Amino acid sequence: MKLKKNIALSDTGFVFDPSTGNSFTVNPIGLEIIGYLKEGRSAEEIKQEITERYETDGPGFEKDLADFVNMLQKLKLTDGHGKATD
Amino acid sequence: MAKRRINIAVTGLNAIDSPGPGIPVIRALRESSLFDVRIIGLSYEALEPGIYMHDLVDKTYQIPLPAAGAEQLLNRLRYIHEAEQLELIIPNFDAELFNFIRLADVLREQMGIRTFLPEMAQFEARQKVNLEAYGKEHGLRIPKSRSLTRHAEIAALSHDFTYPLMVKGKFYDACIAYTPEQVQTSFNKLSSKWGLPVIVQEFIAGEEVNVTALGDGTGQMIGAVPMRKQYVTDKGKAWSGISIDDERLLDMARRLFHTSRWRGGLELEVIRTAEEDYYLIEINPRFPAWIYLAVGCGQNHPEALVRLALGEDVKPFERYDVGKLFVRYSYDMIVELDEFMKISTQGEL
Repeated sequence: MKLKKNIALSDTGFVFDPSTGNSFTVNPIGLEIIGYLKEGRSAEEIKQEITERYETDGPGFEKDLADFVNMLQKLKLTDGHGKATD
Repeated sequence: MAKRRINIAVTGLNAIDSPGPGIPVIRALRESSLFDVRIIGLSYEALEPGIYMHDLVDKTYQIPLPAAGAEQLLNRLRYIHEAEQLELIIPNFDAELFNFIRLADVLREQMGIRTFLPEMAQFEARQKVNLEAYGKEHGLRIPKSRSLTRHAEIAALSHDFTYPLMVKGKFYDACIAYTPEQVQTSFNKLSSKWGLPVIVQEFIAGEEVNVTALGDGTGQMIGAVPMRKQYVTDKGKAWSGISIDDERLLDMARRLFHTSRWRGGLELEVIRTAEEDYYLIEINPRFPAWIYLAVGCGQNHPEALVRLALGEDVKPFERYDVGKLFVRYSYDMIVELDEFMKISTQGEL
């Protein structure tokens, strides 16, 4: 699953989709995850990165990540139709 | 390089809640790097705000309402031309275009006044009543529509359409109707304001995206900027909008110019569905009221139109800024009674 290439991200958590004109705000952890997705990192790599740095358990985070990615897909911010854990 | 001085008459000075495009067109011309413009406003009513915007409009003349006909308009333009030596007229209302297109050759040949307007056949072909056929001709997806001229036709709509429906005035305004009774109410309202026919159109769910564009009349698109409305008034007018990067919309515009050889500015109103289908719901035969966004995005279409009208070779714009917004606002001007009196009684200010 990859974020659409043209999605613009600001350091303050502002997300802009230039093809639809939609904009969103995300909190710092959401911003960090979107940044990883934009780099093309896998769900496993993101889980490893986050669980190492924050107090969260693996299975709990996996579920949250799947929900988050699902939301990004619904908002059409992703390329194609990959699954949350692709 | 010295700017070329030019006298340009512009209509659409009604910068109101359902604004005409005149003021943003004038702002675009004032920002031209090529032209030093003297702007002659052409107004229909004494309270069009542009009449009193003296930093934008140098002088304003009232002109007869479109219903008065082309001859009356021509007589008035002769008078204005004698005083102002007009070189170009940019009309900005759908309802007045018929007369201006009819007069285009006379203005040019008898007074040397240029215009840059679509041909009458192009103008008529994209009318709301003809839009479905126009879409077929140019390979565009258009919602199913029908023209109504009598109440009696409303009952039969349910055979071919599913409610809700869009009910549209001949030139402006649109309402959504969920029942035949609501179609009837809208029919009465729209026909009394804009005349017949009233157009009924299949309702397409989705978000509205628009394109403002300019064609050179040979099939070439000179510029285009797509926009999504961000904030919409209760009249359905964009009070703010954002430029977007949508290649399919640009393709639609490009194809339309290519096949129709449209001359002048236009606005495409499009519904983008959740399935990413694009339905063209309207073609406005002039710049939209949000044309200044195109200028802000790096494409000064009114300036390019002036160059085309003067017969210059204009190269198409190659890019525009994505993610720029316009945010409209209202502003109270204080106007002396003298000025209001002058435009009301003498027809010029």
